[in-house]
Amino acid sequence: MAETTIPPEEEPPALALPFIFLGDHVLYILTDLGRMGIFLFSALVGIFRRPFRFRELLKQLNFIGAGSLAVIFFTALSSGMVLGLQGYYSLHKFGAEGMLGSAVSLTLIMELGPILTALMVTGRAGSAMCAEIGIMRISEQIDALECMAIDPFRYLISPKFLAALISVPLLTAVFDIVGIFGGYLAGVGLMGVNSGSFLSGMQQSVTNHDIRLGVIKSIVFALLLVWICAGRGYLVQQIRGAGFGAESVSRVTTQAVVLSSISVLIFDYLLTAVLL
Amino acid sequence: MTPSTPEKAPDIAIEFDRVSKSFGQRNKKHRVLNDISFTIPRGLTTVIAGGSGQGKSVTLKLILGLLYPDSGRVLVDGINVPSLNKRELLKLRTRFGVLFQGSALFDSLTVFENIALPLRERTNMSEDEIRSRVMATLDQLELSGHEDKFPAQLSGGMKKRVGLARALQLEPEIVLFDEPTTGLDPVMTREIYQLFDSMQKQLGYTAVIVSHDIPGVFDIADQIILLNKGEVDVFTDVNEIIHSTKPYIREFAEMTMGDLFTRPEKEKCH
Ligand SMILES: Nc1ncnc2c1ncn2[C@@H]1O[C@H](COP(=O)(O)OP(=O)(O)O)[C@@H](O)[C@H]1O
Ligand SMILES: [Mg+2]
Repeated sequence: MAETTIPPEEEPPALALPFIFLGDHVLYILTDLGRMGIFLFSALVGIFRRPFRFRELLKQLNFIGAGSLAVIFFTALSSGMVLGLQGYYSLHKFGAEGMLGSAVSLTLIMELGPILTALMVTGRAGSAMCAEIGIMRISEQIDALECMAIDPFRYLISPKFLAALISVPLLTAVFDIVGIFGGYLAGVGLMGVNSGSFLSGMQQSVTNHDIRLGVIKSIVFALLLVWICAGRGYLVQQIRGAGFGAESVSRVTTQAVVLSSISVLIFDYLLTAVLL
Repeated sequence: MTPSTPEKAPDIAIEFDRVSKSFGQRNKKHRVLNDISFTIPRGLTTVIAGGSGQGKSVTLKLILGLLYPDSGRVLVDGINVPSLNKRELLKLRTRFGVLFQGSALFDSLTVFENIALPLRERTNMSEDEIRSRVMATLDQLELSGHEDKFPAQLSGGMKKRVGLARALQLEPEIVLFDEPTTGLDPVMTREIYQLFDSMQKQLGYTAVIVSHDIPGVFDIADQIILLNKGEVDVFTDVNEIIHSTKPYIREFAEMTMGDLFTRPEKEKCH
């Protein structure tokens, strides 16, 4: 209603408008990145603040980790089986079915395991996290924490970070194992590849380096997804174009899931290019 | 961090000194507070009144250091809040109790856990001490028997009382209330204000109540601060408002407390 609006000092010349528009957006993006950077820093520092909230960590491990097991299991089984069939189809053309174990396990460990786990956890837990924190922000629960001199990072955000950093690599390991089992089922069970050659192919080709790459990826993805999802929720009121109230939370949650998935895919390429 | 000799007289709890605050980007700038100054006396009840969107909540957030002014000083016991670093700010906030506009109860915690939270997080009290203390507060605020409910299961008035209980746990020197009666019916509103008044008299804290709940809230006010279009007017009595000659104050008074004027000639239809 009655609001005092200050008119701009003077109308800028029309030619300057595109630059003003551009500069304004660049400034906003820089500010936003800066806020996200401060958020990441505070969340990581909060992990080491006392008193440590052990019960909250367990709750989050249960939600992010244990709660995602079923979806990880089915995704892994089906993608492993598809890999088995698809791999068999391609390799069979060259009479190289013996390479199936190697192909399936390397693809899963270095690529599909980390990436599909991160995408599944983003969809399942990341979105919930973003919405939860966003609602706490707009209903002033986070302000209330600060007013009670309780650090919202230590109390609320950092346990989620720690839980994601612990559970995503473990879920990735589960994904890899279940996926390889799925590949074995399809290749050996259905297509009749020799079991011994599947297993020995796998044993000979998977090196420590490959496993390390998979682990590094899963840790980076965990950090990315929890940072983006929790951070967007935390900053919901500072995101341009998000609107207000319940709608702002729903928009920002969608945005967080998209941003987090895209970042995971981009970092997947970067890490593969650098570390392979 | 607290200087032993505050630069202001000891009977002033909070002072705004030529504070301005705007929001928005350069060409859509919206000035909420325009160079305003006022003081809030210690141990009394001050009401900040004004229409919706006039910057009442912004004023409270400036006091708490949740927002920063563009210019001017916000002094709490002579300490300039915007100049504090994060740790000093947290320390300062321990002296405040805050009841937020929407109660801001933690919706995943029960009533008991909500009220116990500041004690669990900020003190070394044993779980037994916390329990007896919280139960006593619940009793005092007529909330016994509701301790295991979640905020979503409470009525509006009960939420406010739980919010008050939580705000008072750490024995604050200053309690800030943001529109504590929004969404309550008139009877409940009166009850809540009477409760605030008796708690304030009993505990002696400095109360700052933001409200557009006029004239009801004036019954318990020792001082009234009226925010209007970025300007501020201070009154110590409702009658000063009623007899003010400034046109926008008259307008505000007639709009919000028309019944006080008891003018039969001013009918709805004419
Ligand atoms: N964080 C913020 N960002 C941008 N604008 C804000 C912010 N907080 C408040 N405002 C604006 O400031 C004005 C005053 O808000 P507020 O203090 O909440 O009003 P009220 O007096 O109803 O409590 C409103 O127009 C609001 O849109
Ligand atoms: Mg308000």
